[in-house]
This record gives sequence, C-alpha cells and structure tokens, in this order.
Amino acid sequence: MLLIPCPWCGPRDEIEFSYGGEAHIAYPAEPDELSDAQWADFLFMRHNPKGDFSERWYHSSGCRRWFNVIRSTVTHEIRAVYRIGEPPPEAGS
Amino acid sequence: MAPRRLSSGGEVDRDTRLPFRFNGTSYEGFAGDTLASALLANGVDVVASSPIQQRPRGVMTAGIEEPSAFVEITAPTIDVITPATTVELEPGLVAAGRSGIGRLPPNGRPSPRRCEPRNAHVDMLVVGGGIAGLRTAVEAVEAGEDVILVDERSRLGGNPFWSAQESAATERIAKSVARLEESPEAVVLRRATALGLYDDGYVVVHERSLPVERLWHVRARRVVLATGLHERPIPFRDNDRPGVMLASSVVEYLQRFAVLCGQRAVVFTATDSAYAAARALRDAGATVEAIVDVRSDSSAQRGARSDGFNLLSGSTIAGTEGDPSVSAVHVTDGVRRHTFDADLLAVSGGWNPVLQLYRAIGGGLRYDEKSASFAPAGGGPRWLEVQGAAAGEIPSSAPYWFVPDEDLSRHYVDMQRDATVADLIEALGIGFRSAEHVKRYTYIGTAVDQGRTSSVATAEVVNQLLGWDPGAQGPTNSRPPYSPVSFSALAGVATGSLFDPARVTQIHQWHRDHGAVFEDVGQWKRPWYYPHAREDLQAAVKRECLAVRNGAGVMDATTLGKIEVVGPDAPAFLDLMYTNIMSSLRVGSIRYGLMLGLDGMVMDDGVVMRLGEDRFMLTTTTGGAAKVLDHFEEWLQTEWTHLRVYCTSVTEQWTTVAVAGPNARDVVRSLGTDVDLTVEAFPWMTVRAGTVAGVPSRIARVSFSGELAYELNVAGRHGLSLWKAVVEAGRPFDITPYGTETMHVLRAEKGYVIVGQDTDGTVTPHDLGMSWIVSDKKRDFIGRRSLRRPDIRRSERKQLVGLLPHDRDAVVPEGAQIISEDTDALSIPMIGHITSSYRSAILHRSFALALVARGRELYGRTLFASVPGRTFPVTVTEPVFYDPEGARRDG
Repeated sequence: MLLIPCPWCGPRDEIEFSYGGEAHIAYPAEPDELSDAQWADFLFMRHNPKGDFSERWYHSSGCRRWFNVIRSTVTHEIRAVYRIGEPPPEAGS
Repeated sequence: MAPRRLSSGGEVDRDTRLPFRFNGTSYEGFAGDTLASALLANGVDVVASSPIQQRPRGVMTAGIEEPSAFVEITAPTIDVITPATTVELEPGLVAAGRSGIGRLPPNGRPSPRRCEPRNAHVDMLVVGGGIAGLRTAVEAVEAGEDVILVDERSRLGGNPFWSAQESAATERIAKSVARLEESPEAVVLRRATALGLYDDGYVVVHERSLPVERLWHVRARRVVLATGLHERPIPFRDNDRPGVMLASSVVEYLQRFAVLCGQRAVVFTATDSAYAAARALRDAGATVEAIVDVRSDSSAQRGARSDGFNLLSGSTIAGTEGDPSVSAVHVTDGVRRHTFDADLLAVSGGWNPVLQLYRAIGGGLRYDEKSASFAPAGGGPRWLEVQGAAAGEIPSSAPYWFVPDEDLSRHYVDMQRDATVADLIEALGIGFRSAEHVKRYTYIGTAVDQGRTSSVATAEVVNQLLGWDPGAQGPTNSRPPYSPVSFSALAGVATGSLFDPARVTQIHQWHRDHGAVFEDVGQWKRPWYYPHAREDLQAAVKRECLAVRNGAGVMDATTLGKIEVVGPDAPAFLDLMYTNIMSSLRVGSIRYGLMLGLDGMVMDDGVVMRLGEDRFMLTTTTGGAAKVLDHFEEWLQTEWTHLRVYCTSVTEQWTTVAVAGPNARDVVRSLGTDVDLTVEAFPWMTVRAGTVAGVPSRIARVSFSGELAYELNVAGRHGLSLWKAVVEAGRPFDITPYGTETMHVLRAEKGYVIVGQDTDGTVTPHDLGMSWIVSDKKRDFIGRRSLRRPDIRRSERKQLVGLLPHDRDAVVPEGAQIISEDTDALSIPMIGHITSSYRSAILHRSFALALVARGRELYGRTLFASVPGRTFPVTVTEPVFYDPEGARRDG
C-alpha cells in the first residue's frame, strides 16, 4: 500500500485515495472539430511507460481534492506531488 | 515408542505440568513445550498422514519451516491447520493431526478468537530477533530512533542451534533484550510474524498474543530483515519417514526441551554444522552410529574422526526402513552398502537464507557458490535492508540436491504435496524448464508451508537434471502472507455491521414495526414490500400497486441521492453535466435529466430542481449518489476550475416521503399545508416551499409511477413524524405503504428506465429511445462528442422495447436471452435480453422491458425469450404499457 503525500493533508495510506489515471489529458476545447480517430485517442488511449508516470489521484476519503503525482511504475516510488494546474516539477526534485 | 524426555536440562518448566489431548489420547507436557516437543517427549512419532499417499509423517523441524507435522487445534482456541512446531503447549490444548488440508469449523461457528488491529509509525522495523536483529535494533534505539522488533518465536535470540555454539551469546542476547525492553523507544513483539512487506515501508505483522490477537499495520522509514537461515533437507529414498529430522532441530529439541529425539542416530550432511548435532547427541547419551558426509574430505571430518566418530565420507543415504518410524538406515559409498540400526536420522543439506519477504517486494537473489544457496543481490526498495546470516553470512555447504537412485519416486521434495524427484523428472519430460512452471505442474511449494524447505531444492534439482550449473535458476517467488493467518485476525473488529455498515432512514423502525421485508440498495436498507398476514411477495405487490393506481400510496424515498449545486456558474455547469438544458429552468421548476459518461453511455439520472438563480438540488439513483458527486468534483477540480460551483451531498439532511395516487392531493391537503395544491398553482414538475403538517417542507410534484404525486421533503429529524402524519391523514383514503418492488412495477408500466437495471454501461440515450432528452442546441456536454462515434450510430444496436408474453401469466425471468425463432438448434444468435420483467396488477398480465437489436423496427413481431428449459413467445411493443398520454399525472 502506497504512502501518498496529499498536498493538503500530508502522507496518508493509499486506501484513502482513488486512482484517476494519466494526468495532463486535457478535455479538448472543441470536441466537434476532432475526427473520430482523434476523439477516440483522447477517450481511450493512455501512455503506459516503464518509469516515471504523471497520474491523477483523488483523496476521496480525506480532503476530497484531486492532485497530480509523478510515480515510478517500476518501483512505485513517488517522485513528486503537485496540485492541479501546476506544471509538473522536474522529476526527482 | 519410549518417552524421550531427559531427566534434566532444557528451558521447560518441569514444575508446571500441562495436560493436553492429541488424536484423542491424553498426554502431559511442560510449560515451555511446543506441541511438537511434547509429542516427541511422549514418544509420539506419527503426527499426521500425508495428504495424497496417506504416508505416516512425523516432526521434521522445530520451527515455521515444518513441512510435515500439521495439526488442527480445536481447544482452547481454533486453528484449522498449523505446524505442531509453532503451537505453544497450553493447558487443555486439544489437537489432531491433519493431512495437508485444513477444515473450517462446522456450521459457520463464529471464531472464539479476539482479534484487533493496531497501527504504528516507526523509524525502523526489524524482522527477526536473532543476534543480528537484536544488534540492529539496539543500535537504532541508541541513535534515538523508534523501533519495533518482531519475532515469530516465543523467545528471542534466534535459532538456538547457533547461539548454543557460542558461550557468550546467551548473555549478549539477554543484555540486548533487556536494553530494548527498558527503552521507551522500542517495542518488542514476540510470537509476531511479518506477513508481508508492501510499498513505502508498510509491513503487516500478525501478533499471536493472548487474550487478544493483533494485526499490526506498521509504517516504517526503514525495514531491516534479520530473518536468518533455514536448514534444508536432502531428498533420498523414504526421506519422509518419521525419525528423519533436520540436524539443527534435533539440537534445538535437546537444548530447549531436553528431548533426545533418538537413542541411536545417524547424521547425514553436506555441511559442517551437522557435526555439532552429532556431538550434542553423543554428549546427551545417544549413540551416533555414523556421520555420513557427501563430501570427500573436510577439516570437520578430520576433527570428528579424531573425536572417535564413525565417519563415512563421500557417502550417502540409500534409504530408510521402519514401521512406521525409522529403525534402520542404509548407507552407501557407491560401492559398498552398510545398514545401521538407528531410530533417528539427522539431516543437513546446508542452509538457505530466509528471503521470501525480501523477494516478494522486489529484492533480487544471487547464487552463493560457497554455501550453495541464494543470497540477496540488492534491487529491493530503498527503505529495505537485510542483515546478519540472511544477508549472506551463510555456512559453506556442498551443492548436493538429492541422492541418485534407480527409483526416485520416494525421494520427497515437498512433503505437503507428496511431490518427489520423480515428479520433477516428469515435469521436465513434458517440457517445462522454469522452476515457476515446474511448481505449477507439480504443486510443489503451494501448500501451507509455502515451500520453505522445497523451493530452493526444486530449482536446484531441476538445474541438475537439465545439466545446468548450480544456481542457474533460483527458487520460485513466494507471496504474502509469509505464514498462514486466520480470517479472524485479518478481520479484527471489522465484522458484521462494523465491516459493512447498513444505512437506514429516519423511518426505518416504523418500516420494521409494520412488517416490511427489506432489500439492500447500495448500503441502504429499503422496504421491499409490506406483506400482510399470509401474503407473499406477489400478493403484497399486487395490493400495493392497485392502491397507488386507484387510491393512494406512500413510499420512503429518502435514499435517493440528493446533491445541492450552488454558485454563479451552477447553471452553466449543469448544462455540461446533463444531456438536456438546465440553465433555462425557471426557479421553482423541475426537469428530468440524464447524465452520460465521456463515452456517451448513460451513467445516472434524476431530477433537477431550481431553488434559486444560483441554487439547484438534484436527485440521483440510490446507488449512484456518491459516484455522481465524485464525477462533479472531478470535472470542477481538474478541468473546469474556473467555474464557481460548490457541490454538497444532502441525502441524509432530508427525509423524502412520496405520496402517490389519484387521492394524493386529498391526502396532502388533509395533512394541513399552506401551499396551494391546485393544478393551476402547483403544476406538474414544479417545487414549492411551505409548511406541511406543521413542519417546514419542500414539496415537489414529481412522479415515478405516472400517478399524481407529491414528494414531501422535510428536515431529517422530522421524517418519522411526517410519515406517521401522512399515514394518519391518509387513513380515510386507504393509504398504503409501498416498497421498492411496487415502485419498480409502476415505473416499468410507464416505461421509465432504472439506470443500472435497464442499462449496463453500454447503453446510450438513443438506445433507450430518449433522443428527445439529448439537446442539439448546446455547444457541448459530457458524452456529446461520443454520441457521434460510428459505433454509437450503428443501426443494429440494441434498443429498449416492451415485450408482452403470449402467456399472460408468465413472468419471464430477467436476464432471459431474446432469439428470433423458436428452435432446438444449438447455436442461434442472441439478439437481446430482458432487463425488467413483472406482473402488472392494473393490466392483468405480465410484461417486460428488453434491449433488442433493431428493436424499434420490430414492433408487433413475435420473438422468443429463452431460459434453460423454457422458451416464451413474446410480442414486441413500445416500452410504455399504461397511460401513454400521461393523463393521470394531475390526478
């Protein structure tokens, strides 16, 4: 079970959180202008890297805030945590 | 077999005699005994029979690695299967041998164990209280750190086989233990097993303390594994016979329990450490017939010879005899064969570091040639380290994996699976090479002992049989829990309502008092129906349905999710969340709304009430309330952060009482209200604030039955009194409480869908025939773009239709498959399925809703609904069965 440093509450057990998938997948400004393939790419396709991955977490049983995490998919180490709207920090910082 | 307890020595308390029963016979042991030591002391050789071949099995080891002597405990506590070597003797213990498969107590008897969880956060957790673990813990305490040290045994100091060989060790151990126990920074847990290591230093520890067992959830900045070594056996013919034991265990029984496991012993070894066992046996008065060493020469051998031992180097065990326990041992040097009369065969094939926990969290292994074993190679998480013998301080040993023989079918590798070297050869013959595959073919390592003595052996026997180098592949991985743990311990206090809390409304006790049968909806308990005397579900629902259609009914609708959405941008936000337009709703009006996922599939539905320019209250399905609130928060927090909108769950703040039926208006009027109830002043799909029965109330004219209906919303605490007032005021109108089953029938008669029953996450509004609710005026809403995807526009998609069974009394089971012809063919395309199916009291017939491919093109056609054993002809209709014009909604 991960120990996730919520930017508002500090480190908490993973069971307090819900996973939100890859971060920085912005909702398209003009969905109508996307082709079916482009829309399907937005809707279904996600990266699956071996290594650092930006992902969203939701402190659903805590402060109920969404935030971003950079986590290594190899070691599960959390490299950085940052709030929604903030740019991702350099990995490892 | 004669008793084996020596007249003096050991750590047992001879003044405290403990009676116990094993396999129906009474015995006596001493305080400080394990069940295994007490059985050995009483001369009980056969503890259990093997699981498949029913071979007699005895005690092989003195610890958790035991592969053989498994027992069931029935008093004073319960344990379905556990090694006798880890059971501490206690007064009144009742146990019986078990052949590899545990049995749950009969009749779901609740466990008598008391178990509770504990949480701890520390700088360091040390697993293993041997010399290395104690040293590490003391150093950390002296550096000012908080430390928890856990050890699975009842005593600290590690394997006494090692500490006994160093005279100063006992004193050093005692000093370290005292240092830890006196320091407030340290917690020492005995009888505590680390079941598993998980991310970020999370360790689950099972402490078998009495009277309360504990499951510790420990977060540690650093975890140190000082888990030591397990001695390994060597497979030879009949190596499972009682009387064959690990050499170090023989010493442990002698030193701790003053139990001499045999009078005439043969020692069989591939390592020097077993020589200490030979000396200990001789010192205790046993005859050591021979030391059989697979190695040709070593300094230990020379020392033993000069000490007068009969040393047979370069030799092996050709087999054992005995009925059932060992009476003779055959030894061969490859040319000549000796037979020794012996009642004990002490074996050591070398030592394996205990690294199951380390590997399961990602630590790597390297083959250590000197000891012919696998040592840590790094690669685990940063917070983890291995110390002491487990880190690689391993006694040297020859790489000797099994005794060659013409017949390998009684060379047992895994006693708990009755798996032999012959079984490994069979697995290789089939083509398996990886130890992981061989494990799955032979089941080696899959028993309760998790292959503690068999997994390295399996890998190395396979390596050797394939002609590979020793260590070419390592042992299989083993997953948590490290040793079996009871469900009682895992559950702790979280049982019954503390495990799965029930949510009940303010009116719940009234429902119970009036005979309601409840159904679970999410975590809610909802009245399903209210049977009168001798009524079954069908009769009660018929009565309740007719009451609503012809008179008046009342339902507790509190569990419907309620969310307040407030803020200047609330109208714009709701326009994005629902398929239809909510911003145009006038204050005091209500609109039904459908919510989609991004993929265009129906996610939830409910009504939206506009309470003010910037204030809405909306309802969700009972089971969907939390999901909808989370959905709103996700979009507000992650995407449309500029919108000034606040969402609050108010489900439990309001009690909702629905009064429905042609007489509903008269009932509400009789309650006493200052709200003008006339159709003109209070039309359908509007909401009014006022007083009802003396209580401030919000009244909504919404209907899920098609009848005139008022939903009375009052503060939760007024819920029960309002309900009682409604029942009282409704008495002249024969008002009838109705439950969810009646609600379902009434809504289905009107063709109203239930999200999650008539939909399943693959259904669009168009599939439901609800294109009317999908706005084409809005620039966007969640799911809009997906509705244009090619797959969504396929004409052969399943569509919601009504079905009328030709047999008017036949209620087709929900989930029945729809086929287009009645045939005995084995294969026929399934073109749909039934989602809702009931008997309608008002229509005097059965009916159903179904999703059928191209369903709306099939009105009037006959299809067939099929369940195993029966096929129902049905006619396809529009999915509205009653009052299609909506004439009844105003009463």
